[in-house]
Amino acid sequence: MTLTPVLTAHWDEPDSYTISGYQRHGGYTAVKKALKQAPDDIITLVKDSGLRGRGGAGFPTGLKWSFVPQGDGKPHYLVVNADESEPGACKDIPLMLSNPHSLIEGIIIASFAMRSNNAFIYLRGEVPHVFRRVNSAIKEAYAAGYLGKNIQGSGFDLDVVLHAGAGAYICGEETALLDSLEGRRGQPRLKPPFPAVAGLYASPSCVNNVETIANIPYIVNNGVDWFRSMGTEKSPGFKLFAVSGHVNRPGIYEAPLGITMRELLEHAGGVRNGHKVKFWLPGGSSVPMLTPDLLDTPLTYEDIAAAGSMLGTGTPMIFDETTSVVRAVTGWLAFYKHESCGKCTPCREGTYWLSDVLHRLEEGHGTEADLDKLVEVCAQIAGRSFCALGDAAATPFPAALKHFREEFVQATTTPANESFDPAAATVFAGATR
Amino acid sequence: MTVTTQLVTVTVDGVTVEVPAGTLIIRVAEMLGTAIPRFCDHPLLDPVAACRMCLVEIEGQGKPQPSCAVTVTDGMIVKTQHSSEMAAKAQAGVMEFLLINHPLDCPICDKGGECPLQNQAMTAGQGETRFDGTKRTFPKPINVSAQVLLDRERCVSCARCTRFADQIAGDPFISLLERGAKQQVGISSDQPFDSYFSGNTIQICPVGALTSAKYRFRSRPFDLVSSPTACEHCAAGCALRTDVRRNTVMRRLAWDAPEVNEEWNCDKGRFAFPYLTDGRIQSPLVRDEDGNLIPASWPEALRVAAAGLKKSGASTAVLTGGRLTNEDALAYAGFARKVLGTKDVDFRARAASDEETSFLAHHVAGSGLGVTYADLEAAPSVLLVGFEPEDESPIVFLRLRKAALKGGTKVYAIAPFLTAGLAKMKGTLIAASPAEEVNAIVGAAGYVQDAGSIVLVGERAAQTPGLLTAVSALVTSTGAKLAWVPRRAGERGALDAGLLPVDGRNTTDIINALGKDIKGLLVAGVGSDDVAADIVAGAERAEFVVSLETRHTDITAVADVVLPVAVVTEKSGTFRNWEGRDRSFNTVVPTPGALSDAEVLGEIASAMGEFFGVDPQFWNSAAKPASGISEPAAASVGQGQALLSTWRHLLDNGTLQEGEPYLAATARMAVVRVSPATAAKLNLVDGATATVTAHGQSASAPVIVTVGMAEDTVWIPANSEGSALGLPSGTVVNVSGGAA
Repeated sequence: MTLTPVLTAHWDEPDSYTISGYQRHGGYTAVKKALKQAPDDIITLVKDSGLRGRGGAGFPTGLKWSFVPQGDGKPHYLVVNADESEPGACKDIPLMLSNPHSLIEGIIIASFAMRSNNAFIYLRGEVPHVFRRVNSAIKEAYAAGYLGKNIQGSGFDLDVVLHAGAGAYICGEETALLDSLEGRRGQPRLKPPFPAVAGLYASPSCVNNVETIANIPYIVNNGVDWFRSMGTEKSPGFKLFAVSGHVNRPGIYEAPLGITMRELLEHAGGVRNGHKVKFWLPGGSSVPMLTPDLLDTPLTYEDIAAAGSMLGTGTPMIFDETTSVVRAVTGWLAFYKHESCGKCTPCREGTYWLSDVLHRLEEGHGTEADLDKLVEVCAQIAGRSFCALGDAAATPFPAALKHFREEFVQATTTPANESFDPAAATVFAGATR
Repeated sequence: MTVTTQLVTVTVDGVTVEVPAGTLIIRVAEMLGTAIPRFCDHPLLDPVAACRMCLVEIEGQGKPQPSCAVTVTDGMIVKTQHSSEMAAKAQAGVMEFLLINHPLDCPICDKGGECPLQNQAMTAGQGETRFDGTKRTFPKPINVSAQVLLDRERCVSCARCTRFADQIAGDPFISLLERGAKQQVGISSDQPFDSYFSGNTIQICPVGALTSAKYRFRSRPFDLVSSPTACEHCAAGCALRTDVRRNTVMRRLAWDAPEVNEEWNCDKGRFAFPYLTDGRIQSPLVRDEDGNLIPASWPEALRVAAAGLKKSGASTAVLTGGRLTNEDALAYAGFARKVLGTKDVDFRARAASDEETSFLAHHVAGSGLGVTYADLEAAPSVLLVGFEPEDESPIVFLRLRKAALKGGTKVYAIAPFLTAGLAKMKGTLIAASPAEEVNAIVGAAGYVQDAGSIVLVGERAAQTPGLLTAVSALVTSTGAKLAWVPRRAGERGALDAGLLPVDGRNTTDIINALGKDIKGLLVAGVGSDDVAADIVAGAERAEFVVSLETRHTDITAVADVVLPVAVVTEKSGTFRNWEGRDRSFNTVVPTPGALSDAEVLGEIASAMGEFFGVDPQFWNSAAKPASGISEPAAASVGQGQALLSTWRHLLDNGTLQEGEPYLAATARMAVVRVSPATAAKLNLVDGATATVTAHGQSASAPVIVTVGMAEDTVWIPANSEGSALGLPSGTVVNVSGGAA
């Protein structure tokens, strides 16, 4: 399957991030088209396109928009979740760096559709270079009359606020994001009420991922049939696949959903020379790892789920045989422990416990009983935590143990660094660059 | 008004019941007698579903759900840990998690023995832990206020304390900080948890994370004998639980009284009890021929008291103070009117007026249960006159705040400035100096027009001539309900018992007439600071003074006979709260020889050869004095002067708070408040010290320039450290400032 550059089509141009670079290739034509339509028609269009949320859960975007009650007299808010912080996920940040105007144009159309006059971009705080890019893009859009009062003479007003987070993974959870945006401590909210009913400032709100919103102008311009000409029935369209790990050309590859991992690997120059895939994760550290025999699975929401994992953010990580799975899982759990917000007991205490035992195993101390205990601890977190981040923390270990039990047993006596030389897994150890 | 509640059918552990729609699963289980373990759930706090202890299985849902946060729907089938393996496993897992970082220092923890974590670890946990790692540790304990100590290791992050502070008290000075296992309760570096209600967080903490400096390491729960009691500090009428170890009160807790204090109380009621034992009078005292007060036997002291009172007879005045039980108040009334034959009786050891006498006789005395807490909650609007609920009746404050936040009750206050308490009730200030209050009442009629509106008048209203008459006219013209909220626990009971000078002289007139036509004085529970007139000089002028007191005071020092009486823990009795609701209590520390005021009065009467009965129906036949308006004093404010406005902070130099330094350290500092224009006129600078002087009294405190405050008015707390002027509101005072 060939690549289908849409969002990424002009990233190689030196001014792709400017408004002139964006407009040179048809930028801001979709918004003019959209503003002439009825807002409900745009919601229907997005529904018909079958676009699914690109933030990880894959919820149908048009349906989500339609949950925002109309004619209720309350202000509505569009909130863009740009808090990309999952280990392995790196697609929204390059997108905002190279093509920020597609996001802004998408925001205008989405806001117009759900009748929101205020939109917010909640950006991960550790990426000031992206903040500067998006901020100047917003300024350009204001100057060009795409934001502000009476946009393009349509009578539609929209202000966009770019807000930098302060470095918390939990703020990628949509209700924690809303709390943080309101100036509170970022912790997930009790649902119901759902954001569509009482979200930001207790008003109907819709939280969408960056890539999801950036898709919108292209769907408006090219239509449902064009969008559905790519992907599958249940996973239509194209996707930014951010391939990372032990591949020769890690990077972002835009391809139709349904491309297989093996095809993506070819585009990425294959596994680094002289090595072979040991395990891979389709979308960030929160999804169960898969083995090389499943490399031919189409990367769609439904096929990856059937294979026992999740498409997640669509950012595959490839690990070759130099990798210690014990070390990898321990690293992820250290992350989840550090990022657990502390609100609910299972995630707060469970990640502490998992991390504690895994660190010990990495050092070569432990028993086989520890492994079964860890599986039970994971089972005590999964499905019992307050938000999905607890479930995510409980995911890596059981999947790793299923495929690599011997390696964990070995870790009860031998430090991971002795079984697997850490230097061998690094970029400089025989990598192509 | 009819309320139709839609019922839904729900099945819990195979038992099908109909409950109102919107009920939480955990509440339904409670109704059925099924205990679902929980930590963060509290019926009076909003659900948070953080601890995950109460997970249950709901048929049709793949994951266990928190029963504290899910409301029932029609046909829902719930299985608790008793009938669902999924629920039991989920709960056991959460309990195991809760204990991995818990220090398990139960043997030295105050909560050990009454700890929900300990108890539920027994029911839902396992005997052995599978966690063999290193526990997270914190230095222990740290102060979040002078009184409240925090042991972060023990905390299970249930957020009950932070939610209480935010949702109930409105003092969100504690909050959860940090992330993950390091999450902890904390305060801002410059703002300790100085809330009047901070002690409630200790009580609702489901572990031993919050303890009080007062009680920490003093006792074990299983050594305590607990008794339900009523609070003697203010007129709110809180139900308390008093815990006694070896005849010593170790602590007091708020007890459950849904119609009154719900499950809360204030820190004064919780911590201010050392006065019960400190400085007590040990035996009767009689003044000998050399003028010295010397210990005497009860028979001798009673004989001397009886002889002296018999001699002064009808020219004896009786001042009882505001802290008597109903029973004691009735005894004083009977003793005064029947044994002594005097009409000069007054319970008001505070600023009072004949206008107030008339007002109370007509509107309050003998009126039974009137406006209730529930009425406050249902009222469309409540007007506060001469009354600052947070300082003067904290449970009224909590209920009004709840009404304002959850029920939409509008609170209006005629006050000199927008107080923190009023702001927390989302109230509206009707700014008025003491000289403007009467006019403000006239202008406030529009606020209490809706049926069910309530006017709450504080005892301070008596300080402003004409104000109570204006209130009386307001409720007559608008039909608003009226309630009088005194500060002290015994005022309403004393009023109903007839200790009001309907045909005699009031406190001030009595004191001034001592040694003149009033020869004798029978005095109980009056502090010399409580009354403007010089009661000590008056007592010295009087021929014969009998003092019934619990502790040595400057009045007992000049009395001829001092008779020690029982404190609240040593007797049974009843306090009538501001609603007119009787709150009775039993003896919690049986003390041989401890006699209540009523018992002592009975003994004196016997020694006089008299017998008296009490008259609970006093007001059925009592003359009600015509309502006379006190003439407003012409308040002319000259150069460098302002009108004093004042009331007591909840926590101050009150005698019943003595001996409790941790509580005192959480009291609000004395400040001088003036409006920006008045500050400019008086050359006062924000933050600099100002001195208020009048009638030879002087008080100094830092200035807070308060925007929106009534002009030409200076406010200073009445009895806080450094601010005790002993003068009523409306006094013209001189104000001078210092440099910033």
